[in-house]
Amino acid sequence: MRVVIAEDLALLRDGLIRLLSAYGFEVVEAVDNGPSLKRALVEHRPDVAVVDVRLPPTFTDEGLRAALDARREIPGLPVLVLSQHVEQLYSRELLSDSSGGIGYLLKDRVSDVKQFVEAVRRVADGGTALDPDVVSQLLTRRSREEPLKALTPREREVLELMAEGRSNAAIAGKMFVTEKAVTKHTANIFAKLGLPVSEDDNRRVLAVLAYLHA
Amino acid sequence: MNGEHVDGETREQAGVAGLAVGRSLLQALLAQVANLPLAILLLVSLALVPLGVGLALLPPVLVAVRGLANQQRRWARDWSGVEIPVPYRPRPAEVTGGGRVWWLLRDPASWRDMLWTAVNSVTGLLLAGLPAALVVYGLEGVLVMPWMPDLRTFGWGPFWPLGDYGLLGSFGCALLGSTLVLVGWLAGPSIMRAYALVNRSMLGPTRGRLEERVRELTETRSETVDTSAAELRRIERDLHDGPQARLVALAMHIGLAEQMVKDDPDTAVRLLVEAREASGTALTELRDLVRGIHPPVLAERGLDGGVRALTLSLPMPVEVAVDVPGRAAPPVESAAYFAVAEMLANVVKHADAERAWVDIRHNGTALVMIVGDDGRGGADPGRGTGMRGITRRLAAFDGTMAVASPEGGPTVVTMELPCALSSPKT
Repeated sequence: MRVVIAEDLALLRDGLIRLLSAYGFEVVEAVDNGPSLKRALVEHRPDVAVVDVRLPPTFTDEGLRAALDARREIPGLPVLVLSQHVEQLYSRELLSDSSGGIGYLLKDRVSDVKQFVEAVRRVADGGTALDPDVVSQLLTRRSREEPLKALTPREREVLELMAEGRSNAAIAGKMFVTEKAVTKHTANIFAKLGLPVSEDDNRRVLAVLAYLHA
Repeated sequence: MNGEHVDGETREQAGVAGLAVGRSLLQALLAQVANLPLAILLLVSLALVPLGVGLALLPPVLVAVRGLANQQRRWARDWSGVEIPVPYRPRPAEVTGGGRVWWLLRDPASWRDMLWTAVNSVTGLLLAGLPAALVVYGLEGVLVMPWMPDLRTFGWGPFWPLGDYGLLGSFGCALLGSTLVLVGWLAGPSIMRAYALVNRSMLGPTRGRLEERVRELTETRSETVDTSAAELRRIERDLHDGPQARLVALAMHIGLAEQMVKDDPDTAVRLLVEAREASGTALTELRDLVRGIHPPVLAERGLDGGVRALTLSLPMPVEVAVDVPGRAAPPVESAAYFAVAEMLANVVKHADAERAWVDIRHNGTALVMIVGDDGRGGADPGRGTGMRGITRRLAAFDGTMAVASPEGGPTVVTMELPCALSSPKT
């Protein structure tokens, strides 16, 4: 799998290159600023890009903007955005084109190497990886509302994991239950939230996220 | 080369003198067509105050007086280099009809403005108009009289009637007239400057106002210094007890794991897992700390994005409207952000509101931030430490806060932060 990395801190950039290479990714280019990121993405059209939000020259949200720009040019270009802090404002912008292939994680998550690599793969496959912090923010904000209040604690847990971008199989593994049980929870959640049911994992996740971001 | 230089300078000086004569004419005219009617209007409206009519009449007249006075302050600076600081008290955040009149009337500077309006209809004519009068009258002497010996029954200056002085009269007129023109021309800038100084004595801040301002500044400065010192102390303590301690533990765990990796790999792995968890906690603590110092999204997206991101994290719908063409200076932006954040936190904690709204705009001189909710009201700005903290924070920038919160709601907090905007990034 071909990957482009954008990170301005050399230490972290080298770490990411080493980590992803060790798991069989081919790092086609690693850049350290916004304009080169945009160029690299359009030029290489990688299978996935791992991008830091804050990059030179402005040290604001240069990386995020470059990634969104590139996705306008290459629809569905998989991008995993990393940041020292996560904001619903940004996750909303990233997911607004609802075409999937989006990841948005705290940088800390890199420390859990296996999970991180899995998230990169998921995004590359057109899936979603949303940081648990963003998900819990989303749920807190909506927790007073009726349909969410109607969920059982178990269903809420499933909803959380689903919003993070996990497939039913992965949720089953994480919760130590059968996939069939998860499917049942999912059906209940979708019925309670009034969402159209879908067989496809990715589409299901996007529907949940669109609902939570609304 | 040197000659050229001197030549240019002389021409420039002549230009300035010429301008002064024109300005002198303008000032004399303005004093009659603007100051005099305004002074009369003022007297009339003050006299009519007991009848109530005056109360309606007064505000527009006072605003007009203020406009005229401000124009004089600008001219004094631009024409004569005399700085006249604007002495008005800061405008309170709420600017409704009655409050506005009260604010205008309570300001001693308003009364001095009124006095000036009357006095200037005389000084404007006699002092500011002097250069123009000298030049015009001098020209009359130079041009008219010598060429009109037939007007024997008329006269000019000391030669009256002209017929009695003969040739001497004509020469005398020309000589004296040109002297007057020259005096008016050359003394023009100095006279205009004198006029500006006279205006300053009435339009500038009084000593009392300056003293009041100094007291205000001293107070807000010491409060600001105290607050930021306490803030630094808190940050130091949070760093010391939080991330710093975690990093020490982290280093210890890794060191131990290093020792054990050969003999007891299982324990080493357990230590490494603990180390990773400690690093996660340290990062979370640092993140919270950074948010309290300067929220990253504020740095990245400015006030608009910062406030929008903030409202998204609240457990209630908040409508956000931001109309700020450009960015304020970072300290102002930060104060504005924390003021809005504190108000919204209050809404969440105390108001018991269904929804809230934030409106931020720039009115040309100040950032106006309005935070409202449909909660139960009864907010008292004097009681909450949060609100007092915000008042202090705003006061450091001459900002103000007004709270309207009747029992039963709704609550509307209006905050103003005087500031200029930098042009928007393209």
